[in-house]
Amino acid sequence: MAVIELSGVSRRYDQGPPALDDVTISVEAGEALAILGPSGSGKSTMLNLIAGLDRPDAGTVTVAGVRLDKLGEAATARYRRAHVGMIFQFFNLLDDLTVADNVVLPAQLAGMGRADARKRAASLLEALGIARHSGAYPGRLSGGQRQRVAVARALMNKPTLLLADEPTGALDSASGEDVRKLLIELNGEGQTLVLVTHDEKLAAACATRTVRLVDGRIATDTGPGIRPLGPHLAASGVPHGADGRTETARFDADGRRGVTL
Amino acid sequence: MSSLSKVVRSGVGRRRVQTVVIGLATFMAVAAAVLAGSLLVASTAPFDRGFTDQHGAHLSALFDGTTVTESQAAATAAASGVAESSGPFQVVTQTPNLGEGGGGDGAFELQPLTIAGRAQPTSGIDKVSLSDGHWPTSDTEIVLTEQIPLDSKLIFKALPGRPTLTVVGHARSVSRTADAWVLPGAIASLTSAGTKPGYQMLYRFTASATVSDMDTAKAAVVAAAPSGSMLGSQSWLTVKEAADRTAALFVPFLIAFGLLGLVMAMLSVGGVVAGAVSAATFRIGVLKAIGFTPSQVVRAYLLQALIPATVGIVLGVVGGNLLTIPVLAQTDVVYETAPSVVQPWVDALVVVAALGVVSLTALVAAARAGRLRTVDALAVGRAPAAGRGRFAASLSARLPLPRPVTLGLAQPFARPARMTAMLATVVFGAASVALAIGLTSSLNLIETARSHDKAQIMVSPMKMGPPEGGEAMGPPVNQQGPPPGPFDEGGPDPAAVTSAIATVTGTKASYGVLSAPATVAGVAAEVDVLAYRGDPRWAGFEMTEGRWYATAGEAILPTPMLKATGAKIGDTITLTVNGHNISVRVVGEVFSTQNEGMEVFTDLTTLTAVIPKVTPTEYYVGLTDGTDATAYANALETALTPFSLHANVNPGGHSDTLVAISTLTGLLTLILVAVAALGVLNAVVLQTRERVRELGVHKAIGMTPKQSVTVVLASVFLIGLVGGIAGVPAGMALHGVMVPAMGNSAGVRLPAALLDVYHPWVMALLALGGLVIAILGALMPAGWAARIRTATALRTE
Ligand SMILES: Nc1ncnc2c1ncn2[C@@H]1O[C@H](COP(=O)(O)OP(=O)(O)OP(=O)(O)O)[C@@H](O)[C@H]1O
Ligand SMILES: [Mg+2]
Repeated sequence: MAVIELSGVSRRYDQGPPALDDVTISVEAGEALAILGPSGSGKSTMLNLIAGLDRPDAGTVTVAGVRLDKLGEAATARYRRAHVGMIFQFFNLLDDLTVADNVVLPAQLAGMGRADARKRAASLLEALGIARHSGAYPGRLSGGQRQRVAVARALMNKPTLLLADEPTGALDSASGEDVRKLLIELNGEGQTLVLVTHDEKLAAACATRTVRLVDGRIATDTGPGIRPLGPHLAASGVPHGADGRTETARFDADGRRGVTL
Repeated sequence: MSSLSKVVRSGVGRRRVQTVVIGLATFMAVAAAVLAGSLLVASTAPFDRGFTDQHGAHLSALFDGTTVTESQAAATAAASGVAESSGPFQVVTQTPNLGEGGGGDGAFELQPLTIAGRAQPTSGIDKVSLSDGHWPTSDTEIVLTEQIPLDSKLIFKALPGRPTLTVVGHARSVSRTADAWVLPGAIASLTSAGTKPGYQMLYRFTASATVSDMDTAKAAVVAAAPSGSMLGSQSWLTVKEAADRTAALFVPFLIAFGLLGLVMAMLSVGGVVAGAVSAATFRIGVLKAIGFTPSQVVRAYLLQALIPATVGIVLGVVGGNLLTIPVLAQTDVVYETAPSVVQPWVDALVVVAALGVVSLTALVAAARAGRLRTVDALAVGRAPAAGRGRFAASLSARLPLPRPVTLGLAQPFARPARMTAMLATVVFGAASVALAIGLTSSLNLIETARSHDKAQIMVSPMKMGPPEGGEAMGPPVNQQGPPPGPFDEGGPDPAAVTSAIATVTGTKASYGVLSAPATVAGVAAEVDVLAYRGDPRWAGFEMTEGRWYATAGEAILPTPMLKATGAKIGDTITLTVNGHNISVRVVGEVFSTQNEGMEVFTDLTTLTAVIPKVTPTEYYVGLTDGTDATAYANALETALTPFSLHANVNPGGHSDTLVAISTLTGLLTLILVAVAALGVLNAVVLQTRERVRELGVHKAIGMTPKQSVTVVLASVFLIGLVGGIAGVPAGMALHGVMVPAMGNSAGVRLPAALLDVYHPWVMALLALGGLVIAILGALMPAGWAARIRTATALRTE
């Protein structure tokens, strides 16, 4: 089942050449799609369209069955809240909120109770190995730690899609490696992932499918692919189906993951 | 191009919002300051200013047209001490009815007008100024001092041929030489059959400063004319005294508003410039990192602030002048003076002050940023909240409120200085509103209590308009109305009149009053004794002290009368009325300013005890709600025919001054609220811009436009609430100081009841006023926050 469907999508800023030019692509639930391409080729533009942060000038964008290009601002926000977790090159954490407060924010905006939100945030921070920093302010953390906080925040509302724009771009190689592993792990558990990067190594390690943009057009596409069972799951011996997924990792009808990482 | 000017140009160009905000803030501050400054100037010696402007008359004299020829009147100009003269102008006094065009149907009778024939007002003495319209150009046109709408028709029913004149202008004579002007040729048609118009002469004297100077000069003029031919005269000192007393009443009020405007203007400009410059701290860090010296940084930011500020100042001066014109027009009505204009030096002073404030704040803020170590500047720029807002943020996060609300509540704490400036602005705004509401209420109460004129119907032996409610605002030029019959014999039976009045449907209450001139030993001025039949308290009386008279022989006195006699409550004074001595015991101090407060209020029985036959000369009737006054007057007129009394609709209770004050208060409050709201707007715009990346993050993680609006509105909520709660008592305190001060300068003690205008629910509403100001100011940035595209917000640095 396709979670993301872009059909004839174009986006042009002001009078310039199109940043995205007649792009059509369909992404299955569970894929880890890497979007590669030279600077200015339209990678971020494409990601923003999928995230509902931006709207196409032509074509349709459908995510989890929702036509994004037709949504109003409030509906787009609700769509993002329900389906999208985003991580950015420069983390975009809120500096005057603690790590924990940053992480619970999406749930609070969605109206989740404080206690429930805190509980979920705590388990996410625990799972991501940064629980001991939960009371700290982001300014005090290292780049890698900050990106983990950002990932925790992105996963807070159990998103259909995890979108990442250059998630390792601002990190040294060790921290970059750290984040790369985390993403692979998440995808291994069934999290659909769209990844924009310059970093061929990241793409090679992380992605089950790679799309290359040149001047706003898809130049190459390796085609759909799904990661086999995650290594830690394989080792754990948890029973799983033919597609390499655990029972709990099966998707809901709307493509939402059943597991809580 | 030098690197400095490149930085400045790109700074002005790229930081467009800040540039606009600085421009806007200076614009409105300068406009408000021009207005405030002009108010202050207009409030300084308004009479003297108008008198000088109009080259006013030291003495205006009216000569009897039946005994003096025009050349004889003109010859008085040669009297010793006369420096200059104008005239003779022919003068008549006539009572017109208001005809169609001004909403009248010809039934409404105006007050008697003293009409002077004058070809033009622009030369000689008493250069009457037109506030609107034009000077008559034909014999059917008339210019009035009273604000009857232009194009209204005045019908002179009593005159042969019922001449009808069109109102073509409104004019004001500071010297009060007439109520209306026509071309000299029109006087003949306005002269009653068998009479001749009088001649008016206007003089300026070489010595006119004191009462005795004026007495000497007047004696010389009298001597120069045929004996007994001067019917009346008016000294400029008398007019000045009355005008100054009116002005004194309102000067503290206008000065307070002027000062409030100035302070708020300074606050908002200072706040915005400081905010804009410190918001640029990150950029300053970048500039220093690439090799700018601190002094270059300071200069760059000074220029970046000054360029938009200069534009704002220029526009502000223009806007301020435009804004000031209608306000000054109202001020002129209040002060009853010549039209005033914005003084160029006020503009100049405001410009210099605005440039000073902008430069100084920009300089201080930029110097502070310039002194920061470069790393710190870069760090501060990235995280503007560094530390300061965190406590508030974590505290508010714990409140059991929706998250967007708690996010907003914490925001202002990140910038304590700006928060303080915003708070101060809201406090001033809320205080102005509270003050304005209190003043208007008090002034209304004062006006009612002062004129005791709530009765809708007035009954008197003459078919004529009653003296204007606002008598103390300035003496009428010509006192009209001969007293009917021998005083001691009285008039129609009061009991019969009262029951006749009571039979007419619509009568709610009535009282009769006998107004009698009296003398009191040791008091130079003539005293007015007002002896009531029936309780007149519903017409508007307020006691400053003591109680209302209860029995014959008791009386209440206004403050000036108490002062003049030296009497205290409980003392007895003796009045001489028409040769009879009447002793009254003072039981209260009442608030009244008519006849300069030289009045004694008592029951009619106090007089009838000594002069048994005296009766009220006038009756006043209050109507039940919904009764049409004109129809009632007609019905009453019929009922009163046997008594030869006439019913008139009482035009009193409508005071130009009060209308002007209300208009002025409304206008000034609106302006101050706008200035306050704009101050908030500027600060919130800066705050929102500063937090645009944060806004982008919020939106990226699913904040809806409504929630974004909530955040921005919540960010001003506390400021609005606290500002309102703090501002209202401040405004009330100011009211508590100002109103008695206004009373003092008018020479009266105000009854406490006139100050007691803040009811609890009014206070609660006013306290919410701060919130309204804050929300008004935050609405636009909130809308912007809701609309901005997430991708754009995230990219903005
Ligand atoms: N807000 C904008 N206004 C105008 N042009 C824009 C805007 N955002 C992107 N562009 C232009 O659109 C084109 C594609 O930009 P985009 O950010 O998608 O590229 P990218 O592939 O992400 O590049 P990079 O690898 O440098 O991040 C570029 O030419 C860019 O200049
Ligand atoms: Mg990009």
